[in-house]
Amino acid sequence: MLYSQLVMDHFQNPRNVGKMEDADGIGEVGNAKCGDIMKMYIKVEDGKISDVKFNTFGCGSAIATSSIATEMIKGKTIPEALRLSNQAVVEALGGLPAHKIHCSVLAEEAVKAAVKDYYDRHGISYDEKLFRFCDHEHDENEEDN
Amino acid sequence: MKIYVDNAATTKMSQRAIQAMMPYLDGVYGNPSSLHTYGQEAAEALENAREAVAKAIGAEANEIYFTSGGTEADNQAILTGAILGERKGKKHIISSKFEHHAVLNTLKQLEKQGFTVTLLEVYENGLVRLEDVKQAIREDTGFVTIMMANNEIGTIQPIREIGALCRERGILFHTDAVQAVGHIPVDVKKLKVDLLSLSGHKFHGPKGVGALYVRKSVPLQKFITGGAQERGKRAGTENIPGIVAMAEALQESIENLSESQNHILSMRDRLIEKLREIPHSKVNGDLQYHLPGTVNMCFEGIEGESMLLLLDAKGIAASSGSACTSGSLDPSHVLLALGLPHEVAHGSLRLSLDAANTQEEVTYICEVLPEVVAYLRSISPVWEELEKGERKHVI
Ligand SMILES: Cc1ncc(COP(=O)(O)O)c(C=O)c1O
Repeated sequence: MLYSQLVMDHFQNPRNVGKMEDADGIGEVGNAKCGDIMKMYIKVEDGKISDVKFNTFGCGSAIATSSIATEMIKGKTIPEALRLSNQAVVEALGGLPAHKIHCSVLAEEAVKAAVKDYYDRHGISYDEKLFRFCDHEHDENEEDN
Repeated sequence: MKIYVDNAATTKMSQRAIQAMMPYLDGVYGNPSSLHTYGQEAAEALENAREAVAKAIGAEANEIYFTSGGTEADNQAILTGAILGERKGKKHIISSKFEHHAVLNTLKQLEKQGFTVTLLEVYENGLVRLEDVKQAIREDTGFVTIMMANNEIGTIQPIREIGALCRERGILFHTDAVQAVGHIPVDVKKLKVDLLSLSGHKFHGPKGVGALYVRKSVPLQKFITGGAQERGKRAGTENIPGIVAMAEALQESIENLSESQNHILSMRDRLIEKLREIPHSKVNGDLQYHLPGTVNMCFEGIEGESMLLLLDAKGIAASSGSACTSGSLDPSHVLLALGLPHEVAHGSLRLSLDAANTQEEVTYICEVLPEVVAYLRSISPVWEELEKGERKHVI
């Protein structure tokens, strides 16, 4: 099988899937050209992420990583959410095929982008370095040999 | 329900092919190069198979060389074209943008060795234009290779016209007919091809066996060197069970061709008619010059791999040209060659039908697929933007 049972479970029964009308922060990462876009919505109450939702355009692992990432940050403080790493997402899913690791990176970035948006909207200052990923691009030309 | 609609990837072996193969797995095990009766029995089976394959495509037996499949046949054909061209100082090769990787990557290799390759446009309808071939021919063009039917979208190229043109200009012409043989009539004499590749597993024969047709006057070049098998042109003890079964499968396909074509066409037409109703969808490739069984569509706002996984969970086995299924970041080169934007090409689906599929299965697919597309759209931020008008619909 391409994916583990857990990945398939998150893909087929995604947690926290949907949109959020009154989000405090919205992050969107990836691009349609490369085949993955994740959009993450967070609701913040008393410094904690009280609710989270996501929408994803992408492959099975893009949907699964978004799903598990929302579970991993729900109820957490913002600094805790910012510490979510792509490795942690991969581990929580019990592994991903090598060429799908970039999906877990997107999941981490989607969380960070949502927090950044929350900070921006609320005039909270932050260290720009935390969000440096925000404007990178995929390599356009991959030569095969 | 379990529905296999990925017959362009590979087909199930037919019972007749399996039955034909069995004696050569369990009983007749001689090496056809051996002089004794064991060997001669195998040699006879080999030559009967060669006759059968030749007859199926309008060739003569001594024009057929067995290979390990379509990929090897393509490699050897292209190598032959390159070497024969080079001998005359002609190092320009013409092909098309949407060939199979067996052709494209072989041509890339030749470019590194100093050959120049022109890849022709295939336009939105997925057809090479004869006029473009004419235009592309130069003083130093030594070889043309254009596929007969495209594996992803199923469009059929004007091989007969290109064949006549190349013959007239004295240019060697190869066609990768892996998707065509056994599915539509193929006659090498009428098509005026010099070389033609075919592969057993695309028409209910076994995997790992194919053949290259080489017109009598063309000196085929060695690709795999070793013993004197295949008249010294392809070394290695022959895969007798595979070759016998492939020949049987090919005969069977051709006997059933017209009957199965009608059945497959009527299923395909229903599929297209129904699936077209999904908003912002597109059927790819010209439908007139088209294999009976292949349907390729794009659905805007969703990604192909997740569509395949959901279909598979509902018992439908299909394929897609999305990047995630190709193992790279780019979607299929075939869909990009049609001019589809990346984001649309990511949402492609190929359904390839076979005579064994049924109208009930088509009905089921037509029920399930729109639901899957609608669900994936409901969780897709791209679809949301399309709906809100923040992103422009392309299809
Ligand atoms: C058009 C085309 N050419 C070549 C091949 C390669 O054939 P094989 O799988 O027998 O190596 C295929 C099938 O994968 C094909 O569809």
